[in-house]
Amino acid sequence: MFPPIPNPSVAPDAAKPRFGEKDIVRRSASEVTPPAERLTEVAKLIDVTKCIGCKACQAACLEWNNLTEEIGFNHGVYENPMDLTPNTFTLMRFTEWENPETENLEWLIRKDGCMHCEDPGCLKACPAPGAIVQYSNGIVDFQHANCIGCGYCIKGCPFNIPRISKVDHTAYKCTLCSDRVAVGQGPACQKACPTQAIVFGTKQEMKDWADFRIKDLKSRGFDNAGLYDPQGVGGTHVMYVLHHADTPSIYAGLPDNPTISPIVDAWKGVTKYVGLAVMGFAAAAGFLHYVVAGPNKVSAEDEENAEKLTEGTAPPPPDPAQSQGNTQHGSTP
Amino acid sequence: MTNSWTDIRNTDLVIIMGGNAAEAHPCGFKWVTEAKANRGAKLIVVDPRFNRSASVADYYAPIRQGTDIAFLMGLINWCISNDKVQWAYTKAFTNATFIVKEGFEYQDGLFTGYDESKRDYNRDTWEYEIGPDGYAVVDDTLTHPRCVWNLLKQHVSVYTPEMVERICGTPKEKFLHIAQMIGECSSPTKTMTSMYALGWTQHSKGAQNIRGMAMLQLILGNIGVRGGGMNALRGHSNIQGLTDIGLLSNSLPGYLNLPTDKETDINVYMSTRGFKPLRPNQMSYWQNYRKFFVSFMKSMYGSAATAENNWAYDYLPKLDVPSYDILRMFDLMKQGKINVYFCQGFNPLQAFPNKAKLAEGLSKLKLLVVMDPLQTETARFWEDHGVFNKATPASIQTEVIQLPTTCFAEDEGSLVNSGRWLQWHWPGGSPPGEAKHDTWIMSQIFLRLKALYAKEGGAFPDPILNLSWNYKDPGEPSPEELAKEMNGSALVDVLDPVDPTKKVLEAGKLVSGFGVLRDDGTTAAGCWIYSGSYTEAGNMMARRDNSDPDATGAYLKWAFAWPANRRILYNRASCDLDGKPWDPSRKLIEWDGSKWTGYDVPDIAPTAKPQDVGPFIMNAEGTGRLFARKMMRDGPFPVHYEPFESPVANVIAPKIVGNPVARVFPDDWKQFAKTGTPDFPYAATTYRLTEHFHYWTKNNHVNAVLQPQQFVEISEELAREKGIEKGGWARVWSIRGEILAKAVVTKRIKPMTIDGKTVHVVGIPIHWGFVGAARKGFPANVLTPFVGDANIETPEFKAFLVNIEASTGPVA
Repeated sequence: MFPPIPNPSVAPDAAKPRFGEKDIVRRSASEVTPPAERLTEVAKLIDVTKCIGCKACQAACLEWNNLTEEIGFNHGVYENPMDLTPNTFTLMRFTEWENPETENLEWLIRKDGCMHCEDPGCLKACPAPGAIVQYSNGIVDFQHANCIGCGYCIKGCPFNIPRISKVDHTAYKCTLCSDRVAVGQGPACQKACPTQAIVFGTKQEMKDWADFRIKDLKSRGFDNAGLYDPQGVGGTHVMYVLHHADTPSIYAGLPDNPTISPIVDAWKGVTKYVGLAVMGFAAAAGFLHYVVAGPNKVSAEDEENAEKLTEGTAPPPPDPAQSQGNTQHGSTP
Repeated sequence: MTNSWTDIRNTDLVIIMGGNAAEAHPCGFKWVTEAKANRGAKLIVVDPRFNRSASVADYYAPIRQGTDIAFLMGLINWCISNDKVQWAYTKAFTNATFIVKEGFEYQDGLFTGYDESKRDYNRDTWEYEIGPDGYAVVDDTLTHPRCVWNLLKQHVSVYTPEMVERICGTPKEKFLHIAQMIGECSSPTKTMTSMYALGWTQHSKGAQNIRGMAMLQLILGNIGVRGGGMNALRGHSNIQGLTDIGLLSNSLPGYLNLPTDKETDINVYMSTRGFKPLRPNQMSYWQNYRKFFVSFMKSMYGSAATAENNWAYDYLPKLDVPSYDILRMFDLMKQGKINVYFCQGFNPLQAFPNKAKLAEGLSKLKLLVVMDPLQTETARFWEDHGVFNKATPASIQTEVIQLPTTCFAEDEGSLVNSGRWLQWHWPGGSPPGEAKHDTWIMSQIFLRLKALYAKEGGAFPDPILNLSWNYKDPGEPSPEELAKEMNGSALVDVLDPVDPTKKVLEAGKLVSGFGVLRDDGTTAAGCWIYSGSYTEAGNMMARRDNSDPDATGAYLKWAFAWPANRRILYNRASCDLDGKPWDPSRKLIEWDGSKWTGYDVPDIAPTAKPQDVGPFIMNAEGTGRLFARKMMRDGPFPVHYEPFESPVANVIAPKIVGNPVARVFPDDWKQFAKTGTPDFPYAATTYRLTEHFHYWTKNNHVNAVLQPQQFVEISEELAREKGIEKGGWARVWSIRGEILAKAVVTKRIKPMTIDGKTVHVVGIPIHWGFVGAARKGFPANVLTPFVGDANIETPEFKAFLVNIEASTGPVA
């Protein structure tokens, strides 16, 4: 058993955050002076091979972050909701995979959510100063007061994670429970996991623990068991243990070799201004559409069709406008 | 559980069959992942569906629901044929050597003494041969043709791997692979643990399913050892407590039982509860029955229970039928024979089979009282919810009273977990609105009833008027008071029977354990197995010391485990005949030459010599039973019987439908689909999902988000055949009713070949209804048959027949 993180102390200064502004190493659309000392890097390790898909992490995430997700529909699969939303920061994705070598069925269950990249594409793509920050312990966090809701973070994310809220028009994703980690606790999902499929500690501890798990998996015939810590994004602060680390994409489309889109790297050039102009135009066009045509309404028939369209397909494309649709079901069928 | 949750981490092999631990017991399942990660333990899952447990298993095999006995007897047959038996254990610690009476036979699926008209057996020959010394005759050489071992060998010989495949649909090579994995655990240094739940109990032969695995575990030497055992995963929090304190209609607390109407006086009652040892030197612990019974009666009736009135024996109700189980109650209700029904924390309109029959029964009541922290379908049975609950309120005269109660998080008290641990808990919040503790409600009803009896008399007011009720606040006994009452105390100074100058117990003091209980009226104990849980040293259930010397998984200082804080039952069987551990690396207790010592509380008298006294001290034989004598209604050995509704005839006994002694009420025969009928060609089963707890959590927003809407699961093959789309609507109907649900089309269910015929499985999760936060759905029990297990009447929810077609959604 990985040693559980002790409960928080009730001593008065225990609640004092252990990291904050002074530990920011990157800030979107801004220059920062790097802190003199870097904090020990933290990481969450998700052991897909120990996960039973109970969704306790998903429930704990909603509860700790005080999020209210809409009660949706069944779409012929175990996932619910069908995709990440501004309220669902983490989602269990289920894949029925027939192993061509053994001909055995494997039910691959992966907890999806922000990977907290060492080289965060969202932060690099973000045009709003200070909307996305990275702390020296590796946590990538969104600062909603600075977010302009442009959705570039989604384009920049190689894992298609952030979602824009229709309520406050800012982007949301997993914070790695930066509020809990700041006071010496692990993320809520880790705390709730009954089988220690999610563990939390320093990045080195997580790598060592992953080695221990991978040895066990290899002894059970999973020759390709391994750690998912993709170097294309400089490594991540959320890592997976996979039975088939040679083919990450079988786990509900986990990118085999995630990298930041070259367009994002070009961002700092002229495209920045062009982009801003396009954005402004799009916003104006959207407003005009609202004024002329009124808000979009979903009929029961549309909904039925939408359900049919989404069934059994991979998660919707990284289009922020579409991904919000999932939270907007209201009527009964 | 014979063992405990924490002990599962000590195992080498976990078999999950008749349950789905990862899905339904995710928190306890952590001990499986611990065993896998730290001991290299393997996990086998045998289930009709590739379920969440299977997703982390080392080996999975499919089985058709309702055929577990064929599989288990097949395993026993394979182990015997391949010499995968822990011989020393089997010979010494089971009744393999016992000789069975002449005249006992088994043929064509039936044992000696069957009476078809009564659907019952005359079980007289299902017994041991008794020698002139009054003890059972044994043959240590196992050569006698009527010794249990040879009868067992004969009995299981039909269940060959080929037969298992024919009946269960489990491919022969998969069955053999599992048999080999299990066979390795016949070694004294390898153990297997069995984790099961409602997947075995909810059948018309549920008790025999469990016996089948218990027998296998006995011949492998896996009972009483670390990492072994028969581990029932209890579903409801505190359902273990329910059986412990005797809330079944024929039980009394501590697994004592209620008299029948033939047992009109205490001597007749006690005459069949003497439990004389069947072998020399055996403890046969139930010999103490009278002590526990008298102490219980003193606890109930105090000074009104005297030696002169046979400890108020006449106050006890006497059963005129084997039990007033829930199926019988609803059948009586339907006949208009019940006036008032109390549902305390119970939602039978969802939780019992054949919803139409249940609703008809409830409609004939005069008064229905529902005590629950949540809105339930039962309380709303009279409301019209369109297709989800058709009702005509105007035609229903039943008065319904809802009494809001507190939920577990607002109560103080103990919950008993699957491992028999009584764990005290404290309230985490205050009751909302008008909600009251159940104890307050019951006390208020009792005090008012008592006042009525005092005023008006009645035919026999004594049991009510004399009920002992000595609480500080009679209107609401405190949890501590009730716990102390169950633990028991001395009523007068109790003297040492050997040396009467010594006081063993002081009047008014709590007893330290059931060993000091007396049958002379000097002690009281509400539930003898709980004695020791609340002593003069304090509330043992509230202990929270998780130290575990040498990491055995025993945790003796955490809470309290009945009996006597023992964590692994029958733990004397963890040692050989000389009292040395079979597996020194997994020592539990051992004989040090003069007494038993070790990590756990020994399940044997501390000075009982290892060669003399058998480990199964609750049995008169001192051994485990491969042959159950006359204690099971449907046979001393398990037999494969098809479910009452089956797609195929019983291969080994084609004339027998269902379990030949299961009780079926006359009207219900007409509501069973015929074997192999084309009208209902698909084998259906019901089950639970991780995201929900029964019918409670659909009231909770987060759970409703995680699994919002009712669905059924079918294979891709069946979906193609019936034109049902993934995520589309399907209509599923049985002879009793129909539901509409979304279709989850999956590779995790595959068609099976049963005796040459293709059989499709339809999986039906149970969690939706017409109240709550989740989307409205149909109770799954609309479909299920009204028949229970032959011994304990648990309904056959796991195997029945349906038909299915593509459909459009319900019009609400």
